[in-house]
Amino acid sequence: MGGLEVDGLTVSVEGRRVLRGVSLSVRGGEVAVLMGPNGSGKTSLALTIAGHPRYAVEEGRILIDGEDVTGLKPEERALRGLFLAFQSPPAFEGVRVRTLLREVAARRGAPSDEQALAAALGRVGLPAGVLDRELYRGFSGGEKKRLEVAQALLFRPRVAVLDEPDSGLDVEGVKIVAGLARELAGAGAAVLLITHSARTAELVAPDRVLVMLGGRIVAEGGLELVKAVEEGGYGVLAGGGRAE
Amino acid sequence: MAVELSRELEALEVPQPGLRPRLEIRGRISRSLVEEISRAKGEPEWMLRLRLRSLELFEKLPTPNWLVGVEELDLEELAHYARPDVEKAHRWEEVPEELKRVYERLGLPELERKVLAGLSIQLESEVVFLSFRRYLEDKGVLILDMEEAVRRYPDLVKRYFMRVFPPSDHKFAALHGALWSGGAFVYVPPGVAVEAPVEAFFLVSSELLSQFEHSIIVADRGSRIHFIEGCAAPLFRKYSFHDGMVEIYVGEGARVKFTTLQNWSRNIINFNNKRALVERGGSVEWAEVALGSKVTYTYPSVILRGEGASASIYNFTFAKGPTWKDSGAKALHLAPNTRSEVLSKSVSLMGGTSVYRGLVRVARGARGALASVSCGSLVLDERSSAHTYPRNEVEEPTATVTHEASVWRLSEDALFYLRSRGLRAAEARKLAVLGYAGDVLEAVAGLASGLLIEYYAVLRRVLDLELEEGGYG
Ligand SMILES: Nc1ncnc2c1ncn2[C@@H]1O[C@H](COP(=O)(O)OP(=O)(O)OP(=O)(O)O)[C@@H](O)[C@H]1O
Ligand SMILES: [Mg+2]
Repeated sequence: MGGLEVDGLTVSVEGRRVLRGVSLSVRGGEVAVLMGPNGSGKTSLALTIAGHPRYAVEEGRILIDGEDVTGLKPEERALRGLFLAFQSPPAFEGVRVRTLLREVAARRGAPSDEQALAAALGRVGLPAGVLDRELYRGFSGGEKKRLEVAQALLFRPRVAVLDEPDSGLDVEGVKIVAGLARELAGAGAAVLLITHSARTAELVAPDRVLVMLGGRIVAEGGLELVKAVEEGGYGVLAGGGRAE
Repeated sequence: MAVELSRELEALEVPQPGLRPRLEIRGRISRSLVEEISRAKGEPEWMLRLRLRSLELFEKLPTPNWLVGVEELDLEELAHYARPDVEKAHRWEEVPEELKRVYERLGLPELERKVLAGLSIQLESEVVFLSFRRYLEDKGVLILDMEEAVRRYPDLVKRYFMRVFPPSDHKFAALHGALWSGGAFVYVPPGVAVEAPVEAFFLVSSELLSQFEHSIIVADRGSRIHFIEGCAAPLFRKYSFHDGMVEIYVGEGARVKFTTLQNWSRNIINFNNKRALVERGGSVEWAEVALGSKVTYTYPSVILRGEGASASIYNFTFAKGPTWKDSGAKALHLAPNTRSEVLSKSVSLMGGTSVYRGLVRVARGARGALASVSCGSLVLDERSSAHTYPRNEVEEPTATVTHEASVWRLSEDALFYLRSRGLRAAEARKLAVLGYAGDVLEAVAGLASGLLIEYYAVLRRVLDLELEEGGYG
């Protein structure tokens, strides 16, 4: 099966268990929305999927396009088509945005000419001048998110995990990002979109909604889950199994 | 990949020329040893006296108590003078095969043909190759090795030799004064611009040897010259010692650029003494790329003596592995409207330590003096470190002195970010390092003017390979 599959994933970081038997699957062409309160483990899941060395997989597997990548290095996963848009990307002194995009695009077989880079920035509403800036130094919250999403567009992933690409964005920005998440899926990618926003979820019209609580997926369903959370908070799902 | 890399790294290593010395003087540093060196070099009396004065100072001065990484340095076991068994060559055809091989590995013949106005090569204690373009002679430019300058132009040399950097300055300056050998003497007459750079290359090819070259550059009124200094050594089992000195005298309105590309092997204990004196309206630029050596202590300094004199000091220090790189810059503002700018960046990795020691002193009366220092360190892992010890002594109220220092650690998260994009860990580090140090590397290479494009390419390649090399697992 194509896309992303997570199978019984139990993960610890710094000796502390952050994921407990997480399973989910997103097919190529689908957008799944993952919600959950602060600290429930969403970013931990995203980083584990991408292969962050601090997140130790105790049990379970991660598959990309049917291939078990659990033991692979982050760069090996990336070159198999995985892309992660970071919730909070780090800053790099002296490294120009252009340099990163060029090097990575070249490595991933994506177009790396000036025009392609500028076009990707344009799609997220960033001026081409951003290419000359130092990577994430002095970027506003919204600019960071936009540049992360621009990379997703540029690198044409098979599996895209977008960790709160909408938080801190203005109204226009949220629309753009939701549209682009859908567009990535349209191009065949499996998209896992992490968000706190019911509005974003609605805009993206997800194929599936997942809710995480305390390192577990506690509910899986459609937009009605988003509404339930919006009205009753995550409390209504506590203790509950899957909503379906 | 690994095989290719080790082959490439090997290609950068300096081969052993395998020459035996014609004469070697080793042993305890004493009056008779100094006299023996002076006699072997056929020196005039005044130079011997200068050596002996320096020796006295060496014996008196204390060893600085802050030196690190020099525990194995035992001056008694070193050859302090070694004359290689070759005649000095002026054309490549005259160079013996075993040396030519080394020069070619270092790319020197090609640079000499394509880029340079002149080239001198020192092996151990003596200059063994010296060639420069005819037009320099026609313009009255002097390029000689130091011993020839001492013999042929004693009055000129006396005016400058260890004047701006006296042997009394510190113990190793005194040692240098007592034992110096080799180096270049360059004099540029008033108004003459030497367009292409002149290079002096220093090779240490045996272990347990000391090299004490002394170079002097005198740029007379309104003249201009760019001098490049390169150094290299093969890998040894033991160590060798380098304690060189450069003195630059910048006349009124003259401009001197001095670029050092230091790529000693990891067995060299490297001390360097560099100072420039700048007269009214003159300017000097020290640019130093310190890639190699086991330990390095070097602080290019400027004395801005004339009104409107200016200086730029650029340092790039690469501290990889068990190494201590102590570098910095000193600027003394003695006259009004003098300007100095320091840009220094270091990268520490795999247990390396880099240190920046700086001094800006503005004397009372140096009205409107402007000094800026910016030094940054990139630390690539937990085992490595960087330290900064800047000092400002400002006695002039109208002076503006700014200082900026920063340390940036490439965190595991930052490294992961780049890897998550598809870059191998080594590639990610390269991207971070070259991005971080890009401005200073470009400044050093004068890239804006396309000046040292050939050197820049080599530098990038060395850095590339050094960062690719294992050790991180
Ligand atoms: N490297 C780490 N060291 C220690 N604790 C960690 C680490 N990473 C995550 N945690 C902890 O794991 C839990 C889950 O964190 P995570 O970042 O995955 O939450 P999240 O669902 O993404 O939250 P948010 O909505 O605030 O982004 C939190 O309690 C967090 O403090
Ligand atoms: Mg999060």
